[in-house]
Amino acid sequence: MEVFVAALTIFVLALFVGYEVIRKVPPLLHTPLMSGANAISGITLVGTLVTSGMQLTLFTTILGFIAVALATANVVGGFLVTHRMLGMFHRKQ
Amino acid sequence: MSAQFINLFYLAAAVLFILGLKGLSHPRTAVRGNLLGSSGMLLAIVVTLLDRRIVSFEVIVAGLVVGAFIGATMAYRARMTSMPQVVAIFNGFGGGASALAVGAALQEALKGGFVEEIDFQFTLSAAAVALIGAVSFTGSGIAFGKLQRLVKERPILLPGRHVINVALLVICLGLSAWLVAEPTSSLSFWVLCGVAALLGIMLVIPIGGADMPVVISLLNAYSGIAAAGHGWVLNNSVLIIAGSLVGAAGFILTALMCRAMNRSLPNIIFAGVGAVVATEAESEDIYAGRVKAASPEEVAMLLDSARRVVIAPGYGMAVAQAQYAVQDLANLLESRGVEVEFAIHPVAGRMPGHMNVLLAEANVPYEKLKEMDVINPTFRQTDVVLVIGANDVVNPLARKTDPSIPIAGMPILNVDEARSVVIIKRSLGPGFAGIPNPLFAADKSLMLFGDAKEMAMQLVAALKQT
Repeated sequence: MEVFVAALTIFVLALFVGYEVIRKVPPLLHTPLMSGANAISGITLVGTLVTSGMQLTLFTTILGFIAVALATANVVGGFLVTHRMLGMFHRKQ
Repeated sequence: MSAQFINLFYLAAAVLFILGLKGLSHPRTAVRGNLLGSSGMLLAIVVTLLDRRIVSFEVIVAGLVVGAFIGATMAYRARMTSMPQVVAIFNGFGGGASALAVGAALQEALKGGFVEEIDFQFTLSAAAVALIGAVSFTGSGIAFGKLQRLVKERPILLPGRHVINVALLVICLGLSAWLVAEPTSSLSFWVLCGVAALLGIMLVIPIGGADMPVVISLLNAYSGIAAAGHGWVLNNSVLIIAGSLVGAAGFILTALMCRAMNRSLPNIIFAGVGAVVATEAESEDIYAGRVKAASPEEVAMLLDSARRVVIAPGYGMAVAQAQYAVQDLANLLESRGVEVEFAIHPVAGRMPGHMNVLLAEANVPYEKLKEMDVINPTFRQTDVVLVIGANDVVNPLARKTDPSIPIAGMPILNVDEARSVVIIKRSLGPGFAGIPNPLFAADKSLMLFGDAKEMAMQLVAALKQT
């Protein structure tokens, strides 16, 4: 129960931090914000790494492989596409 | 490396994520913000690979290589018009990965090989991840299909769909309760994933293409929450923090999009707006004898004598790939001393801010892209508004309160306050809301019928001759 409450504390506080940090994003940047945030949600990769590295059974190894591949695609693709998009925004010369 | 050290590095990664998102909120710091976010991710990954529980790296490396190849290929090949599809598919990947990884963790925990105990927190969050992760996986898949036109873009309304959805949700909750009450088998987890996957499909097929900005934002929030849930299962703080940051971002954008359409989230998800398309007879009442078609030469003369021109683009402009031609036109007008600005409706395009990216790609400086609240008061001082491929977002019927009008109450670009309005459109066909647009028949309106790109090019040619 102690761990549960600690995790809940982190969760709720992070939601508030996220709200405050992102609240004022101008519409101009909504798409890059979303794809950048989307890449961050690929953090699930960190969890998949440990799970798939333990190699307990064939089934979990296969699951782990698919999960690592999907999450990596999410992370790499998300950050790259955001970078590409942001490179297009420019001020008047 | 000891757990304490790993957690310290995770804390550093979480700080980098927060700074990264903060940077993404301003045009001048956005590139740096994205780099900060990605370095946080790299840090978290490298530190995790030092975990002693990892006995073998073959599978991990294989997964990393395959995933990085897929992600990088998609990111480089994606066209800016298809950015909503790309974000949708990455979202689905994230949600799906969370569900599968939690499934694997549960499987390992059942074998007794996992350090985490199967307690209340484990099973409850595993159930939540299965539900949310699977919904975001298949929901994103359907959203991708709709945007890519592989699935019918207009709402698909199954009979009794509300009853089916409630039944599916109840089954999901029942399976979750089973998993929490009896965590001795993973069967309930996998069945839950399957039912939730079906629910994800059912929830997105009745939503029309024009409501996609909301769907994409919401699915983005779900994939964040799924990652946070994964963190609850593993007791991993960086997953919880990063996941909830993304969840917050997704929910904020969802709320902003709902406000931009002045509709509630349940209305967007459940009402199936856009399923009914106006009959020709209904449209005929409004249009009969009142629509004036103009030639590119006539419009060019009108533009040539204007002092201020506002361009109001819609998704139709992107479909016609007319961005570059439109930017040429804007440049030509500016070189002749005409003030040109772009009016961007919040839900123009298929995801929040999509139209800005499309115009930025065509080299329109971002200072010229004006949001609705900024540009609306200026239409009275505008000589000509060029509406290109937009329909519902300039439809004056939205100002009515009649509940039979699906877009009633939606804030619109007040283009009809300008001196004259030129609408470039292929036909008088209705927009996504499926209703006729009285703007096309207004006294001050001229229709320039044709393909957006072709017409923009003809306008440039005609202007050069005057």
